[in-house]
Amino acid sequence: MIRKLALGTALGALAAGAAFAAGIDVKLGVLNDRSGVYADLSGEGSVVAARMAVEDFKAKDKGLNVEIISADHQNKPDIGSGIARKWYDAEGVNAILDVPTSSVALAVADITADANGVLLDSGAGSTALTREQCRPTTIHWTYDTAALANGTGKALTEAGGKKWFFLTADYAFGHSLEENTAKVVEANGGEVVGTVDVPFPAQDFSSFLLQAQGSGADVIGLANAGGDTVNAIKQASEFGITQAGQKLAALLFFITDVHALGVQTAQGLSLTSAFYWDQNDQTREWSKRFMDKHGAEPTMVQAGVYSATMAYLAAVEALGSADDGKAVVAKMKEMDIDDPLFGKVKVRGDGRAVHDMYLYEVKTPGDSTGEWDLYKQISSISGDDAFLPMLDECDFTKK
Amino acid sequence: MSSEKTDPPAAGAAPILPPSTGMPTLHKAIFLVLLLFLAGLPFMVYPVFAMKVMCFALFAAAFNLLLGFGGLLSFGHAAYFGGASYIAAHAAKEWGFTPELSVLCGTAAAAVLGLIIGALSIRRQGIYFAMVTLAFAQMVYFFALQAPFTGGEDGIQSVPRGDLFGLIPLENNIALYFFVLAVTFGGILFLYRIVHSPFGQVLKAIRENEPRAISLGYNVNRYKLLVFVLSATFAGLAGATKSQVFQLASLTDAHWMMSGEVVLMTLLGGMGTIFGPPVGAALIVTMQNYLATFGAWVTVIQGVIFVIGVLLFREGIVGVISRWLKRPL
Amino acid sequence: MFELLGIPPQVLMGQLLLGLINGSFYAVLSLGLAVIFGLLNVINFAHGALYMAGAFVAWMLLNYLGVGYWPALILAPLAVGIFGIVLERTMLSRLYHLDHLYGLLLTFGLALIIQGLFRNYYGISGLPYRIPSALAGGHNLGFMFLPNYRAWVIVASIIVCFGTWFMIEKTRLGAYLRAATENSALVNAFGVNVPLLLVLTYGFGTALAGFAGVLAAPIYSVNPNMGADLIIIVFAVVVIGGMGSIMGAIVTGYMLGIIEGLTRVFYPEGSSVVIFVIMAIVLLIKPEGLFGRAA
Repeated sequence: MIRKLALGTALGALAAGAAFAAGIDVKLGVLNDRSGVYADLSGEGSVVAARMAVEDFKAKDKGLNVEIISADHQNKPDIGSGIARKWYDAEGVNAILDVPTSSVALAVADITADANGVLLDSGAGSTALTREQCRPTTIHWTYDTAALANGTGKALTEAGGKKWFFLTADYAFGHSLEENTAKVVEANGGEVVGTVDVPFPAQDFSSFLLQAQGSGADVIGLANAGGDTVNAIKQASEFGITQAGQKLAALLFFITDVHALGVQTAQGLSLTSAFYWDQNDQTREWSKRFMDKHGAEPTMVQAGVYSATMAYLAAVEALGSADDGKAVVAKMKEMDIDDPLFGKVKVRGDGRAVHDMYLYEVKTPGDSTGEWDLYKQISSISGDDAFLPMLDECDFTKK
Repeated sequence: MSSEKTDPPAAGAAPILPPSTGMPTLHKAIFLVLLLFLAGLPFMVYPVFAMKVMCFALFAAAFNLLLGFGGLLSFGHAAYFGGASYIAAHAAKEWGFTPELSVLCGTAAAAVLGLIIGALSIRRQGIYFAMVTLAFAQMVYFFALQAPFTGGEDGIQSVPRGDLFGLIPLENNIALYFFVLAVTFGGILFLYRIVHSPFGQVLKAIRENEPRAISLGYNVNRYKLLVFVLSATFAGLAGATKSQVFQLASLTDAHWMMSGEVVLMTLLGGMGTIFGPPVGAALIVTMQNYLATFGAWVTVIQGVIFVIGVLLFREGIVGVISRWLKRPL
Repeated sequence: MFELLGIPPQVLMGQLLLGLINGSFYAVLSLGLAVIFGLLNVINFAHGALYMAGAFVAWMLLNYLGVGYWPALILAPLAVGIFGIVLERTMLSRLYHLDHLYGLLLTFGLALIIQGLFRNYYGISGLPYRIPSALAGGHNLGFMFLPNYRAWVIVASIIVCFGTWFMIEKTRLGAYLRAATENSALVNAFGVNVPLLLVLTYGFGTALAGFAGVLAAPIYSVNPNMGADLIIIVFAVVVIGGMGSIMGAIVTGYMLGIIEGLTRVFYPEGSSVVIFVIMAIVLLIKPEGLFGRAA
């Protein structure tokens, strides 16, 4: 098999593309939020990242005719599943990328399994994608709520934040994030002194913050995302909560959020991320090109779309076809991936892409030398520590 | 202070249909052409899209029964549409009901909900009526968000499509399409019958001049309640069917924006006409479908249509055509 | 002090105060809606969008022209008010002879357009707006830390609300307004320029929305969706207070803010729905609203 492929590639190179005039058609659909609360952290930037992957992979030279389309799922499961279904049924899409918002991602995962497509999820957080609702056609690339808990939750508990109070966005993702983090806190000798479910989306957090303040907790865990997190942090600083010594834990926090908040307000926050543009030479080089095209530094979600696309194309090239989604995913699970942005990545049998995660702290205004110079690395967390262990029933490589 | 103006928005715009027992030939012809067209449609366009259009067409037609013929603007019809879709999805997924039974369950739930909310709301008029229905719809939305079986933000996903009557598998899009066609077309025909029945005539009398209808001895509130329940029931039928098509019930269907959208569809097509609301629904759904790539522009375009519709075409598309033809449509 | 259902009095006091702050926004916004409805019989669904626009204008003034918070507090409502006047002249005024449901539908469409446009150009993450330096910091009240800016919000809203109330109920201009509400044809016949009154009222009502937007900018992130869900809450406030009743809108605004604040302590998930429950009950028992006159 491998030899045959190697031969094929060699022949292709020799014939300088002529022999592959027909080529392998690959159609990728970037399905994400292009107008809502997650538009800045995924949105058009993810499409840009996918295009860069196709260019960098030199798909054309390798005989892959890759086409990328995109759509807005508006964070609504019905719209997202409608688009996904149409893409597979009527437009011949082979793989769907990104899909932030857990509820939409879970819906798309099922449709993908039915259609034998591929879901390369970068934007969603729910661990259910590789656990309760694992599918042989799903790959969850960038992060999940467990990894966030194992990063930020563990670090803060170990640093002495034993008593936690959660502000939880009152929907599936928020509850999942709270639950994962609470487990980590308790496992590290901490305790949860209270939680409050906040309607989603919320503008005013002052009343919930005040309850958190009155609870005597060391750490206020923000189990929410996007605009909610930004507002909560802003108001915590306004009400003097951070100044009074309580720590905030933004459990899911993106570079675009920090940028929106400004270092003045966000300084000192701990956060967990799979990617930061200023990590090493490779990430800097790539991010610079991304910046030129998109006008903002990439988030980990956008970087994840890039890496996942690279790995996917490699698998398609190896198989010589993108038609059988299950086979492509199985192939990706066999490969050893060395990614320019994520380093060593291993896709497990359940579809979880395992790679290192990093714990960062937001710089102080004094340390920050530029608009996007925002993070200081505290530690790195190995993939095996960050992500939950695989469930046996979800190991599709065994079947 | 004139906040209690009771003249309905459709007054003057909607053509008054002549009382008749049989269906006019023109309407028969339109229904027939429509049926033939719809029978061929799934082979021309993507069937799931066509099914979505039909569900919304029924939803808008049901809403129009209340607004266009009953003269009552409800700003909370998402409650019945969304409520029924949750119940139908739950019945199909958790209780293993066949599609037709699930849809019936959802529809029945919407009818009950309509009866409760209707009984409380019809005591108010005009803008107050709209506000009470909105308040109740917000409570239904809240229930959909909090109740344990609705799955919160995730909604109820992976609803199985099941076998119709336990016999015909609906996994196939085309088979499902004809099921949806039968339900929605039948629903719209039924609504047509209601409008042209003696009951429908009384409704029109109430819409045009409520005090006179009272003085003629009609129990106006009972008529209003009945039309409210009927409208809610068919809105529920549409929502329940949609949940089977998309295998999903979600908060979108119960959100107040959905209540606004159905007003838009009805207004655009022409309230108080038979064919208007389905036309409006088809246009809006098509637009959302093909403009999806434009992101936020969809909202802007929808807003522009709303504004132009209200300023220039209050009769709606079919209303204008109907005026040209000098015939009710 | 007393302890209620296991909630310590400090927390309760804090929540009451926070409720009052939220109520300040409700009061200013519902006041604008009530003024517009009282005179124009238009349900201004675009109010939330105009509130958002006010916050954005403040942000633009700062970032494009370097104009700070204090001038923006005057300039942004002015800009929004002028925009409102344009809307009234070009569109709304054509609908006065129709049922007021059409006004609701038109402004609903306008709200979609305004929100969509801002979303296109400014994204959705929200833009930061700094609290003015004169109001930074806060005071410890013993039961809570009250940021100076929030205290200012309460003061500013009370000044604006009662100033408006005074203008409408106690001045000559207000008398014309109220007279025009009762019988515009007659007032017109007396030589008062009623169309001018109408356009100024709409301009003023929208300016109030813009003012609330500027007040909100430093607290919440400036975000195209900030008014979208607020609008139906404010609606409910106006309906509960009694449509068109100025005092009703103001008092109900503060009151519901406080009730919502208390709900957040006892049943946080319910805080988004409590206002609608109250609205339904009020409409069913006393349809003209708490402060409305029976029609």
